[in-house]
Amino acid sequence: MYPSDRKYTKNHEWVTIAGGEARVGITQYAQEQLGDVVYVELPEIGRALKRGETFGAIESVKAVSELYCPLSGEVASVNVELSEHPEAINVEPHDTWMIALKLADSAEVEALLDGPSYQALIG
Amino acid sequence: MTDSAQVLKKTSLHGRHQALGARMAPFGGWEMPIEYAGLSSEHMAVRTAAGLFDVSHMGEIELAGSDALDAIQRISCNDASKLEVGQAQYSALTTPQGTLVDDILVYRLASDHFMLVVNAANIGKDYAWVSEKIRSAGDVVAVNSSSRYALLAVQGPAAVEVVQPLVGIELSELKYYCFANGEVAGQRATISRTGYTGEDGLEIYLAARAADAVWQALTDSGKSVGLVPAGLGARDTLRLEAGMRLYGNDMDENTTVLEAGLGWMVAWEKPEFLGHEVLRQQKSEGLARKLIGFEMVGRGIARPGFSVLVDGRPVGRVTSGTQTPFLKKAIGMAYLPVEYTSVGSQFKVEIRGRPINARVVPVPFYKRRRS
Repeated sequence: MYPSDRKYTKNHEWVTIAGGEARVGITQYAQEQLGDVVYVELPEIGRALKRGETFGAIESVKAVSELYCPLSGEVASVNVELSEHPEAINVEPHDTWMIALKLADSAEVEALLDGPSYQALIG
Repeated sequence: MTDSAQVLKKTSLHGRHQALGARMAPFGGWEMPIEYAGLSSEHMAVRTAAGLFDVSHMGEIELAGSDALDAIQRISCNDASKLEVGQAQYSALTTPQGTLVDDILVYRLASDHFMLVVNAANIGKDYAWVSEKIRSAGDVVAVNSSSRYALLAVQGPAAVEVVQPLVGIELSELKYYCFANGEVAGQRATISRTGYTGEDGLEIYLAARAADAVWQALTDSGKSVGLVPAGLGARDTLRLEAGMRLYGNDMDENTTVLEAGLGWMVAWEKPEFLGHEVLRQQKSEGLARKLIGFEMVGRGIARPGFSVLVDGRPVGRVTSGTQTPFLKKAIGMAYLPVEYTSVGSQFKVEIRGRPINARVVPVPFYKRRRS
């Protein structure tokens, strides 16, 4: 269910890391909790984010959830497809990234959860 | 006291909601189904086919006695004397300030017997209010019969098709805001052509112990037309699209009936009722603020509590707001100073620190095509 090709956070985000860049999305569990996603607010490219900082918001019909940056870094790109197709997050949450970060401190990765730990967290 | 610390009440269909896999949440002191398969699909089913709602949390207060009509005329703003037995009307319990204790449906069960249908969160408050206000009203008693009733709503263009096979009465003859007593699937019930979704539909009042059998019968009957169970999430987005106000969000004891845009249900010809002086004065002098409908022009979804800005200054608050599944627009309602309330007026909503453009649009946002 929660593949080991990536890391996870307690805020129900997933992170894949390749070549000093991290891509961030939300987990299957998170999209189930949210319901139909209708809008994703994403940051400007180039913005410097600290770990734990709010970088945007994801809205379903019934609720808003803030998005927390899992790792410090600069926003290298955002998934512009989400502007037209936010529902992609419901359909393929683990294949739908939101932002890519140029990492400021790769040591922070150590603090993220692996698949089994995340699975244990959500029960 | 927080919701989690409260002992939440459960409707007689609670076990069924759990069996259907509903997401349950506290609402007005009750643990209620918010969604089953998904809010958007439930919303769309009601707009295109039919949805089945458990709204047993709603309260029922009965008033009976030879002075019951006079009592209701005094404590509410609409004209209950216009009701024949078998008819219902939308009205409000008003304060002496012309604000809303609650918005209600008034059913005339018999010439001297009425039923007020009230919001779940207000049952205790309304019953205390009504009891006190009628104390010196002569021959009339108030009874809180909320726990005796379950209430099922079948809403959508196919609602009549779903219910007709289960009832003896001819539903095509039951007009909007009329009701009849009869049986649904062999259970005694009051069947009312009313709803809170902006679609055609029926609301079925019945004994709490009969609710489960009738839910099953409606589910079976509705299978062929695409009836789905629908939760309070869809009920909220449906009522907002239809421009219907929600007590506690869009109106309360701090907003007058006129400010809430409900002047059409004030019976000005009544010599008096609670709050009539204030309302007459507001009518002749004009309002300082009123509730408007808006849609977002810029990207973003306005949510209740967000600030409304004009020239960078806060002038009001969003009272309801969502992205609606059928219109696929971000819409909402807000109180604004009257000078900004004409249709087409632009303002901004502060969404997470950013001012986003919005404009005033006519309410209702959605109007069904009548056949």
